[in-house]
Amino acid sequence: MELCPSIKNILLLDSEGNRVAVKYYSDDWQTNSAKEAFERAVFTKTQKTNARTEAEITMFDNYIVVYKFVQDLHFFVTGGENENEIILATVLQGFFDAVGLLLRGNEDKKEALENLDLILLCLDEIVDGGVILETDANVIAGKVDSHSMDAGAPLSEQTITQALATAREHLTRSLLQ
Amino acid sequence: MAQPLVKKDDDRDEEADYSPFLGIEKGAVLQEARVFNDPQLDPRRCSQVITKLLYLLNQGESFTKVEATEVFFSVTKLFQSKDIGLRRMVYVMIKELSPSADEVIIVTSSLMKDMTSKTDMYRANAIRVLCRITDGTLLTQIERYLKQAIVDKNPVVASAALVSGIHLLQTNPEIVKRWSNEVQEAVQSRAALVQFHALALLHQIRQKDRLAVNKLVSSLTRGSARSPLAQCLLIRYTSQVIRESANNTQTGDRPFYDFLEGCLRHKAEMVIFEAARAITELNGVTSRELTPAITVLQLFLSSSKPVLRFAAVRTLNKVAMTHPTAVTNCNIDMESLISDQNRSIATLAITTLLKTGNESSVDRLMKQITNFMSDIADEFKIVVVEAIRSLCLKFPLKHRSLMNFLSNILREEGGFEYKKAIVDSIVILIRDIPEAKETGLLHLCEFIEDCEFTYLSTQILHFLGIEGPKTSDPSKYIRYIYNRVHLENATVRAGAVSTLAKFGAMVDGLKPRIFVLLRRCLFDTDDEVRDRATLYLNTLGGDGAVVETGADVKEFLFGSLDIPLVNLENSLKNYEASEKPFDINSVPKEVKTQPLTEKKAPGKKPTGLGAPPPGPPTTVDAYEKLLSSIPQFAKFGKLFKSSAPVELTEAETEYAVSVVKHIFDGHVVFQYNCTNTVPEQLLENVTVIVDASEAEEFAEVASKPLRSLPYDSPGQTFVAFEKPDGVPAVGKFSNMLRFIVKEVDPSTGEAEEDGVEDEYQLEDLEVVAADYILKVGVSNFRNAWESMGADFERVDEYGLGPRDSLAEAVNAVIDLLGMQPCEGTEAVPPNSRSHTCLLSGVYIGNVKVLVRLQFGLDGPKEVAMKLAVRSEDEIVSDAIHEIVASG
Repeated sequence: MELCPSIKNILLLDSEGNRVAVKYYSDDWQTNSAKEAFERAVFTKTQKTNARTEAEITMFDNYIVVYKFVQDLHFFVTGGENENEIILATVLQGFFDAVGLLLRGNEDKKEALENLDLILLCLDEIVDGGVILETDANVIAGKVDSHSMDAGAPLSEQTITQALATAREHLTRSLLQ
Repeated sequence: MAQPLVKKDDDRDEEADYSPFLGIEKGAVLQEARVFNDPQLDPRRCSQVITKLLYLLNQGESFTKVEATEVFFSVTKLFQSKDIGLRRMVYVMIKELSPSADEVIIVTSSLMKDMTSKTDMYRANAIRVLCRITDGTLLTQIERYLKQAIVDKNPVVASAALVSGIHLLQTNPEIVKRWSNEVQEAVQSRAALVQFHALALLHQIRQKDRLAVNKLVSSLTRGSARSPLAQCLLIRYTSQVIRESANNTQTGDRPFYDFLEGCLRHKAEMVIFEAARAITELNGVTSRELTPAITVLQLFLSSSKPVLRFAAVRTLNKVAMTHPTAVTNCNIDMESLISDQNRSIATLAITTLLKTGNESSVDRLMKQITNFMSDIADEFKIVVVEAIRSLCLKFPLKHRSLMNFLSNILREEGGFEYKKAIVDSIVILIRDIPEAKETGLLHLCEFIEDCEFTYLSTQILHFLGIEGPKTSDPSKYIRYIYNRVHLENATVRAGAVSTLAKFGAMVDGLKPRIFVLLRRCLFDTDDEVRDRATLYLNTLGGDGAVVETGADVKEFLFGSLDIPLVNLENSLKNYEASEKPFDINSVPKEVKTQPLTEKKAPGKKPTGLGAPPPGPPTTVDAYEKLLSSIPQFAKFGKLFKSSAPVELTEAETEYAVSVVKHIFDGHVVFQYNCTNTVPEQLLENVTVIVDASEAEEFAEVASKPLRSLPYDSPGQTFVAFEKPDGVPAVGKFSNMLRFIVKEVDPSTGEAEEDGVEDEYQLEDLEVVAADYILKVGVSNFRNAWESMGADFERVDEYGLGPRDSLAEAVNAVIDLLGMQPCEGTEAVPPNSRSHTCLLSGVYIGNVKVLVRLQFGLDGPKEVAMKLAVRSEDEIVSDAIHEIVASG
């Protein structure tokens, strides 16, 4: 019996249900069309709900899906029917907040696609093969973002633009918090 | 060429659909990937190209083998760059490409270099990538580094190694198991998530060793885990330990319960919930144990977070199935959830309330649900309808308001499954609550006036035909039924004609008027409708005279077709058109036990209008053909029943023998299926010597030896006994296999001329009472029970002595009687204190038997049973009691 909490997939869709970035950790959906069918089902089932202030939850096909929306971005985390709902919600919140930090508060589809590399790295840092790696948004965003400059290198070695970017980012983040 | 990635700019007036990947195309991106081979790498440009490749993969695009290999090789070149951001993308890309074994070698050295790098981020990621793509041989090379990484002071590195270990345990368990010491050390780590990952891996390594798991849990539950996730894991492991030790500690307090209860006061919600859920799922949980868990769940019900409300109401819903009283305290909070924005929460709240509600709250509840029904999806509505049905059965006095509710929602829009659920519920209520019958039937009549589903219309018409004539004023239904003949399609019209005929047969006063209506149907455009009208006019005595309907006519109209439809279908398929008419009596009646796969289907009982699911094709046909081809047995008459094969030898002996018991009215034939498993032997003249000294009523009359039994080709030999006609004689038979054995030369396969006579002892065989009862189901037990009447009812009570469980006692009695369980009553819900089981069958001599068994727990393990038997013959009723009394 598998006792370790496990995540079946994490989805980031736009306001029409199209993929921005998705990651599946389970063999429940073997083909791309099976995945697309699942995404469509999840999207239609949730699109009319208001999941903008608090994460919402639904259950169908023996999966539990927790979700949260901001602007034209729809975040989903799926788990098995016996999974602890609150664990799933914690993963969702970690992903949601980390993306918010990485996009510096401009959470919309355009910004997400323009920074797709950050979103993909973010997915990579949250869950590994279904096992939860990290749920703290600051830690996740920190790990992803450390690459925009060489964290180990002293400031003098950064270019002026990089230094400016770093400064701006620190400022935005302190404003956000 | 696709558009390059545009970095963020402030101009936001572009069209809404703008995407940096607009018009992106695989071929072009693959071309772009050539920049990976440039001697002077541009890290930013390379990163952009990798992002594009990942975007394509993420959108469901796939690379051919050649393309993937090409991309993989050029990506490996990027290890030359020192740019951290690019390296991260390279890691992700390699994982996505999941290279083949011979390709992996190319990157192994680069990754191993990163694994030992000073940069933590490199180390952590290189470990994850390498473990993802590696195989067993490579793993032994890097094992040393992984063990070090597990205890690395950087938590990200340690977690990477531990999580990789969890994945590798599936493929290379023997290697990962060697890391126990390091993992054990990591469990003590101060980093919260490292402890979580280490705990998960350690448990998986040791999960086969119950003692070790027990020790792990005992030592950890004394302290407190550092992260909520680790604490949740610990709760899961603890409940597993409790589950497995449940049998040893029947007395006293449950071990570790205090730990679970303590977790209810944890500061993290996920831990509180995990502990509450674990407590509610304990085996045989007491209400004292439940109380604290229910209290925290009740608090969650009024949380502002939908996820918490959902989690709590879902758990309470499950508790309500087994401990409804424990949940009643939450009813007020639950009622406010009926109007919850989240429909999943609202539905769960309603069904919980319906389970826990008391008689006085029903009306108020129904009012609240009515408002709610209009704006939920069909699948939720079905759940609600089913909950209302069970509520109505629980409080029959409330049938008026509940029936009204059902008929109201029946009139509203809805799909087939939803309508069927409502109709099924009304039918069940009509059957089980006599006072609800007339209103229920009228609701159904109104429904078919405007029903778009042919299936439901015909089923309701059929049901009306059975129940309608028994009501106080049958004539009021005629109009509804005859309207169908005018307004519907042919299938429904034919159904309506049959229903009219049933009214005519049962209600003499209506007969002349029914005849008028049926005669009109003779001019229908559809031949099935005309045929039925003609048939019924003739059987009912179409001369218009008011005569009492004969018993055989009633039997024809109302009697159930007491053969499984599948068997009938098979027989009809085998029937070859000839002078000889098809004989329905030749169709086997035995319902074969269903294969396990069907039983596993979620416990849906065949309720409502649907008849029990038809069994799979039987082998009775084959046996009958085989036996009638043997001249000695041809005169025994019709085969009554064939048992399932019983093994008479242990597995893997020289000769494998099983026996099938064929029961005829005055005879019993044993069919011995023999297999010779010795390649060097040929058996000839194989017979079974049967000693029937312990079976006094049986006398051997014939046998058919098996002339030759070569290696590995099964054959049969038969022995026939005479027994008193129609009497269920029982007895014990001992068997001896006798044969002439000849040596076979394995090289040529030829047998020697001379053989030696030899014997082989087989196990004993018994003919038991169950062999004389056919498993024949009835579609509606209550109807069958009532129409059978109490003339030959025999009731008695029995003590069954100590039993492991109620379910075990129920199964034992079903096996003893060899009858067909009806309406899914063979399944005993866990933790129930009493159970009623309905059985039906046909006793030898074609006598129908119905049995109602009521089981109850009497004292700690003592099971008591009340057995009520109804049959068409009092001797048979007594015989059933005798079987139980002696069994």
